[in-house]
Amino acid sequence: MRSDILAALNDERAARRAAILVTDIADGAQRLVREAEIAADPLAAVLAKHLASGKSGLVEADGRTLFLTVQVPPVRLVVVGAVHISQAMAPMATGLDLALTVIDPRTAFATQERFPGVALVAEWPDAAFGTTVPVLDRYCALAALTHDPKIDDPALKAALAAECFYVGALGSRKTHASRVARLTEAGFSPAQIGRIHAPIGLPIGAVSPAEIALSVLAEIVACLRRVPRPEVA
Amino acid sequence: MLSTDTDILSAAQSWRRDGRAVALATVIETWGSAPRPVGSHLVVDGDGNFLGSVSGGCVEGAVITEAIEVIEAGAPRVLEFGVADETAWRAGLSCGGRIRVFVERLD
Repeated sequence: MRSDILAALNDERAARRAAILVTDIADGAQRLVREAEIAADPLAAVLAKHLASGKSGLVEADGRTLFLTVQVPPVRLVVVGAVHISQAMAPMATGLDLALTVIDPRTAFATQERFPGVALVAEWPDAAFGTTVPVLDRYCALAALTHDPKIDDPALKAALAAECFYVGALGSRKTHASRVARLTEAGFSPAQIGRIHAPIGLPIGAVSPAEIALSVLAEIVACLRRVPRPEVA
Repeated sequence: MLSTDTDILSAAQSWRRDGRAVALATVIETWGSAPRPVGSHLVVDGDGNFLGSVSGGCVEGAVITEAIEVIEAGAPRVLEFGVADETAWRAGLSCGGRIRVFVERLD
């Protein structure tokens, strides 16, 4: 491997950008394909498939055996609202390898007692992003669960601006209609607003907080593993 | 695991930058109950110092020996390890799985 290719691969990882190293195992010839370059690559379809699954592996192309080293940033889940659903979600998120952060400025909700072992931030979302919580990016999922526009809206705006791969908001269709009106007023395009999953979660008829947590996490996994990755307007 | 696979790629870069001769071994294929998944890395220097794992310990010794040869010869190699049996004088996997490992020099 050339040192410059390894350095470029490490740089992409440090910047939380996906990349695939393509190695011809017969002669060791290599090239690095960054996420943004995949669509124009001769192996676009197979690279996109591996990127979506996050799995490295061997592929055959033009009579050559190639090894794809797939490097995908660890997925982060930011939940706004230290509510019942978030409590149920915490152990499930761990099992799914989602690095969870819960944000809620209401200190009565955001207590370590209610969220043992969870990264918990008792601040307003817009103040937290980039300070106590890492800046949102495309490998983040954000679920807004407070029902309170004062808390949910700033988080949703940040998530849409950062092109998070998943943005979901709790609330009825009626609640969402007024949310759409507020976001439109704030200058977000219909395409951007259309990326919000609301009502949140897959339609599994969830009733309890744990069932709603499950439906939201299932929706997040569906968005993460979909091929090709959803394009952002 | 003491180091993640991503730490290992960072280590490979910094070892090379420090002027050490370096080879990188990567699990490229597994069958059966292989102990480490496809994509796992082991970095080796010319003195046999290593970081990471391709098998959880079963065949690391053999991989390190081959890696030092790759550092000297330059051409990459694909190694295959299977279950150890009575005729296997080389390293084997006690778990019954098989793995293929790609070994390349870092230039």
